[in-house]
Parts: sequence; C-alpha cells; structure tokens
Amino acid sequence: MPHDAPRRGEANARRVEALAAAARRRRRLQGLLPWLIILGTFLLWELAVRAFAIDAFILPAPSAIAASMAQWWQPLLENAWQTLMTTLVGFGLAIVFGLALGVAIGSSTLLYHGLYPLLIGFNSVPKVAVVPILVIWFGIGTVPAIITAFLISFFPIVVNVATGIATVEPELRDVLRALGARPVDIIRKVGLPRAMPYFFASLKIAITVAFVGSILAETVAANKGIGQLMMLASSRFDVPLVFAGLMVTAFMGVAMYAVAAAIEQRTTGWAMRGQGEQQVSAAGG
Amino acid sequence: MAAVERPFVEIDQVSMRYGGAEGTLALRDATLSVARGEFVAVVGPSGCGKSTLMKLVSGLWPSSAGSVVVGGQEVDRPLPMVGMAFQNPTLLPWRTILANVMLPLEVVEPHRRRLRAERAAYEEKARRLLAMVGLAGFEGKYPHQLSGGMQQRASLCRALVHDPALLMLDEPFGALDIFTREDLWAQLQDVCLTLKPTVILVTHDLKEAIFLADRVLVMSSRPGRILAERRVPFPRPRSLEDTYTARFQDLVHELRDHINAARQGQETEHAA
Repeated sequence: MPHDAPRRGEANARRVEALAAAARRRRRLQGLLPWLIILGTFLLWELAVRAFAIDAFILPAPSAIAASMAQWWQPLLENAWQTLMTTLVGFGLAIVFGLALGVAIGSSTLLYHGLYPLLIGFNSVPKVAVVPILVIWFGIGTVPAIITAFLISFFPIVVNVATGIATVEPELRDVLRALGARPVDIIRKVGLPRAMPYFFASLKIAITVAFVGSILAETVAANKGIGQLMMLASSRFDVPLVFAGLMVTAFMGVAMYAVAAAIEQRTTGWAMRGQGEQQVSAAGG
Repeated sequence: MAAVERPFVEIDQVSMRYGGAEGTLALRDATLSVARGEFVAVVGPSGCGKSTLMKLVSGLWPSSAGSVVVGGQEVDRPLPMVGMAFQNPTLLPWRTILANVMLPLEVVEPHRRRLRAERAAYEEKARRLLAMVGLAGFEGKYPHQLSGGMQQRASLCRALVHDPALLMLDEPFGALDIFTREDLWAQLQDVCLTLKPTVILVTHDLKEAIFLADRVLVMSSRPGRILAERRVPFPRPRSLEDTYTARFQDLVHELRDHINAARQGQETEHAA
C-alpha cells in the first residue's frame, strides 16, 4: 500500500528517538551513580552504628564525623593544605624524574636490563622503613614527607612510560627510520606520544599513592599535615577527628584523581576511541 | 660527452642471510637496475624475499653481500631521498591525517629546516596531495575515523610529500578489497604521471604489476633470485578496461607461468 511508507518512516523516527532518549537516560544515571553510592554507603554506615549501638570510640557514625569536621574545620583545612602541597611537590618531582628515567629505560635495552632489578628491589622496600632514615638525614618536617611521596609515586610512572616506549610497533619505528630519522627524532615523534596513554594511566595511580607516602611520613615524623593531625587526635582518643582526617584525605585523593583523569581525557582521546562515537551515532540515528 | 646515463637504482649481486652464517638465505645474488623515472614491479610467490629486497634498498637492513646504489650513493643506511609506503597504512594514531602526511617534512632536510618559516606552503602541498587521492575534507580527521583504503591513500601521500626521488611501495594494496585496490591503482597512476618519481613496487598481484609498471620482474622462491623480466608495452594512461583485453590477459598468463615454475622449483627443492 502506498501510504504505508510514510507511516513506516514515522515509526522508524520514533524508534530512533526512543533509542536516543534511552542513551540520554543511561548517561544521566552514569553521572549520578557515584554520588548515589557514596550517599548510600554513608546512610548504611549511620544506620548500622545506630542499630548496633556502636561506641563512637570504636566506629563513629558519619554524623559524628561531620560534627567533628565542623568543630575542627580550621586545623583540618590548614593541615590538609600542608599535606596537599607536600604531596603535589613530591608528585611533581616523581613526574619529572619518572618521565626522564622511563624514556631512558624504554628506549635503551641496555639500560632496561641494567636498571630494572635495582628499581624493583628499591620499590619492594617498605617506605615506612625509609622514613626514619630520611628523618636522620633531613630532620623532622616537610622534606621527609615530600621525599616519601616522591619515592612511592615514582615507580609506577617509570614502569609505565618505559613500557609505552619499549612497546612501540616496529612498523611505526620503520616509518621514521626509512626517512633517515635520528633516534632522538624517533623518541620524540613516536615513542613519547605512544607512551602518553601509559603515562596518564600511571599518573592516576601515582597521585593516589603519593598521598599514602606523604601521610605515612607525617604520621611518623612531622609537625604539620593531616597525618600528624590524625596521630595527635588518636593519642587523645578523639576517634571522630581521626575519621574526619581520613575523609579529608580521601576527598583530596579523589579530587586529584579526577584532575589527572580529565587531563588524560583531553590529551589522549585518540587512544580511547569507540565508546563516545557509538553514543553519538545512536543519538544521530 | 654523451655518456650513457647511469641507472638511478643499481642492485648488484645482493644477498641476504638471516641469523648468522648458518641462517636462512632469503635473497641470492639479486641484480637489477632501475632507470630514473621508471616504474618497476617485482612479483613473486610469498616468501620469495620481495620484502627483504625492499628493506635492503630502503636501507632499513644491511645486506649480507653485494651493493645497492641509489642516485650514485651507496645505501648503507636509510636515505632521505626515498619515500616508502608499507603493506599497512602505519599512520600515527595520535596525529590527524594532515599531520601524518606532513611527518616526513619534520624529519627530512631541507624541509625540516624550512618547515617553521614556510608552514603554510607545505601545508598547502600536503592538502593538494590529499586532494589528488580523493581525501580532500578529511585532513582534520584521525586515522581511526577513516576506512582502510582511505588510510592507505593517506600513507601514499605521506610517502610522496617530501618529493622523494625514489618511491618504494611494499605491497601497499595487499590488505584492501579488490574494488578499493583498483581505485587506488588508477589514482597511483595519475599521481605518478604528474610527479614522475622512480618507483619500485613489490606485489604478488600480477594484474596490479602489469597495470602499473613499465617493467615487471619475476622472483623465484627462497632464496629469491630474479628469474624473468618483461617490459609492459601498453601505452599510458592505462584504464581499468585495458586489464580485460586479450593482450593484457596474455601477459598475465605468461608471468603466471614463470611464477608457477618458480613455485614448482621450490617444491622439488623441498622434496630433495
């Protein structure tokens, strides 16, 4: 029947529209879900503490932690700032040295085989054991915390960058070699861009462990910082404040991770093709 | 003094053995020469050392014996006057098509020195090349947004952008479907008629070799040797219709017999 065609076209358009709407809903849920789950976790926690009448000294309820945060907001903020700065300086050093050593190791088989055992041995040493040595060298304060943050976040960057460069496809290298490119050119034009997705993946790990490093050092030997504040609070049996410190740390970790992830998305979009485009094509019909 | 012009590419008694003195002999005493502006195709069964020959001429690998001279210069390392397109497009995935095509200009002198000052002119040239192979409007796309055939076209442009005196094509259409391949033959012919580079094409497709080349060389199986040589008499520009004429088909059959003989030789060698 001739008037069937337009009707079928309309039905098609409706189906495409429904698909696009479903995709939009899914994306909205995806954005909302993390918040819902965090909220749910706190709610469950609060309920459990109240239901089983758990002492605040053992496990404070989120409400108690929030109250403690409100009460001690000024020292929390000051010490969080100190920890954040310490971590970022250590992390920055780790980026500079990690990138340099990663490029060196990744582009030279000789260096790779020569340095790897030492690096792995070094990474296996618990950093808690290193902090007292750093204190003997540099005294109590910010420097040991910076160095600990550096030491702990350095390794994932080196390994990832080295892997990215060492696994460059021989075909891509040949493209440059056939043009008479120098080794430096090959690293600059192929090795480094190729290693960037690996580098940013490692940054997401490195920034979170950098916090572990600086807070670790602060709990052992410091006169400022979230780690020191938590030690002080626990010595006064102020467990809600200890938890408040943990919360602040977790928040800083997530925030820095988000920054690293955002930079990654912007700079290495080419390596994450597919998903975004599929959604676009579904919406476009 | 009207001396006879020296061939542009001279490959003299070149051999290549992998893995030391006891290793496999991939190429034995290959000898051939290519005149300036000539289009030579090398065909042969797979594993006959065609790609090895390419790697040696481009200077990517050193030969075990013999000499390769391009433009009067002994090839002991890659020469910048050579442009090469590989079996896979091998575009850099983080660069746009335009940036990929311009890559050789960032590496090869004298373009490298001039690139900063004359960027606009160079970009214009890259765009012109892309337009020649039907990729106008795709300059800003990334390789993964293009089909395999389009990527291969971009790779061809990259091989040509620095005005190489010698263009080396290592089975550049091998991974494409037949329709795309025929399209690209015609485009490559157009490009070659305009820019007139010296070309060495390695392929296992007889039709492709005859359609594109001035001269076709047949290689034997491992260890590769040049078995036969045939000049292609058809005038240019050739059209895809020509490939269905009897004369064209006769030539295909003739070369096919050479290849069959080469493959049988290989089998008896294995049996012995």
